[in-house]
Amino acid sequence: MIDTIVAPPEPSAPTRQRRARKGPVTYLVRLLVVAYLFLLVAWPVSLVVTHTFENGLDALRTLFEDPDIVHAMRLTVVAAVVATVINTVFGVSVSLLLVRTEFPGKRVLSALLDLPLAISPIVVGLALVLVYGGRGGWFGPTLESWGLQIIFSTPGIILATAFVALPLVIREVVPVLGEVGIEQEQAAQSLGANGWQTFWRITLPGIRWAIVYGVVLTLARSLGEFGAVKVVSGNILGETRTATLAVEESYLNFNQEGAYAIAFLLASVSVACIIVVSILRARAAGH
Amino acid sequence: MSTTTTGWPGLSRPAGSVTLTRTSGIGLGLTMTWFSLLVLIPLAAVIVTATEGGWTNFWSAITNEQTSRAIVLTLLAATAVTVVNVFMGTAIAWVLVRDRFWGRSALDVLIDIPFALPTIVAGLVLLSLYGNDSPLGINVANTSWSVYLAFLFVTLPFIVRMVQPVLESLDLDIEEAAASLGASRFTTFRRIILPSLAPAIAAGATLSFARGVGEYGSLVLLSGNLPFESEVASVRILGAIENDNPAAAASVATLLLVVSLLVIVALDVIQRRVARRD
Repeated sequence: MIDTIVAPPEPSAPTRQRRARKGPVTYLVRLLVVAYLFLLVAWPVSLVVTHTFENGLDALRTLFEDPDIVHAMRLTVVAAVVATVINTVFGVSVSLLLVRTEFPGKRVLSALLDLPLAISPIVVGLALVLVYGGRGGWFGPTLESWGLQIIFSTPGIILATAFVALPLVIREVVPVLGEVGIEQEQAAQSLGANGWQTFWRITLPGIRWAIVYGVVLTLARSLGEFGAVKVVSGNILGETRTATLAVEESYLNFNQEGAYAIAFLLASVSVACIIVVSILRARAAGH
Repeated sequence: MSTTTTGWPGLSRPAGSVTLTRTSGIGLGLTMTWFSLLVLIPLAAVIVTATEGGWTNFWSAITNEQTSRAIVLTLLAATAVTVVNVFMGTAIAWVLVRDRFWGRSALDVLIDIPFALPTIVAGLVLLSLYGNDSPLGINVANTSWSVYLAFLFVTLPFIVRMVQPVLESLDLDIEEAAASLGASRFTTFRRIILPSLAPAIAAGATLSFARGVGEYGSLVLLSGNLPFESEVASVRILGAIENDNPAAAASVATLLLVVSLLVIVALDVIQRRVARRD
């Protein structure tokens, strides 16, 4: 504060120099952080890649020749896509309600929406089984008498996946929606646009990128869900076994090469997802 | 459609908020129905199942020797890992924001990997460096150390990603002023920077703790789930489900749910405090 009285504010050029001031502590912390991340993340992850390609492309080729593995991967993709679509529609609607309207219980709802991030996936699975299980669940027996089996079947896998990834779209969209404000929407309405037109032409384009981030993150999370799916799916070979369950099964059956190969595929998809998001974010920040 | 009938929103109310119109009313009804069917009713079922047998059944399920050991290990490991994360997470965020060196942006991507990797793959990843045929000669597989290691891996991003944006938005002029008034770098950090970072660190720490307490996937292959040694609470719940004992499963699950709820409340309080300060 005294600085500004004694001397006029400096031009912004010295910012870089100030940052460049480095003591031994700087180097020590840098070394510590790099070593920590190398030992905890970089090295272990790179080992999975080398294990997968130990025998060239053989491991990946055998994977695609096994009909059960192909089925598991297809099931994972289907469940992830359906769950992502559901969460996107739900997430955008809830975000609009949270930011644009007032209703009783709003604060409780917005806190509860974060709950899936803090709950054990096994608890998620148990909760769904207790309600939708065919034997003794709250709604399960009734639904099954209508011919709709949820637990130990694909709908259960979709529910579990949707549950664990629930807040991801909302967390991306809510802050952006608040920032965009409502002036443009009001202008559109005063020019005679109805609610639907305002949403499609004004609101949606404004939150487009937030939705894209949310969708990519949801997809990555959904493809990799393991614990909750394990409880609700029953892990039936060729029916309800997903790709992540196949990793466990292969490893426990001493097919380490197969386990590493599926793990590599899953990891590549999820790492690709985060790289896409970080590139998009960096580009958005640059504008 | 009916939004136009409300007249001019924003005239009498704070900007950006409108009372419910018919469209948004229907939207609220539909989303709340889905949210209830997916989240609220199933979670209520867990609590109801746990309490159906009365307090004594609940208590004996929790204090079962094997279960209580698993719960203690889980809470202990989650706490220890959260403490490590408070220091390492802040240091990592500091390096990412303030330091400049070749390869720094690669580190930034590394932070997200534990979030992105499927948990079962995370377990496999750790097993390849710290398992039976470890190139380092460190084998933690099937020991309680594996629980600490897995928690460290999966909770890595929480504090870093909370602290990073706050650190980026800090005004360097205040630090300069402190330094020009004779404050040492340590004093500047403790008195100027740390108070601004504290809410972000606290929020990240609660999330990291919650994640640790509920972790399952990364432990499956790594810890071997040995009773009294490397078994965590989630594994006990799964065991009870597989032994067709939903009451015991729900009892332990309720305990974890209470932890989750406390975390959510803590987060809400922290966020509100920060919002008020702004």
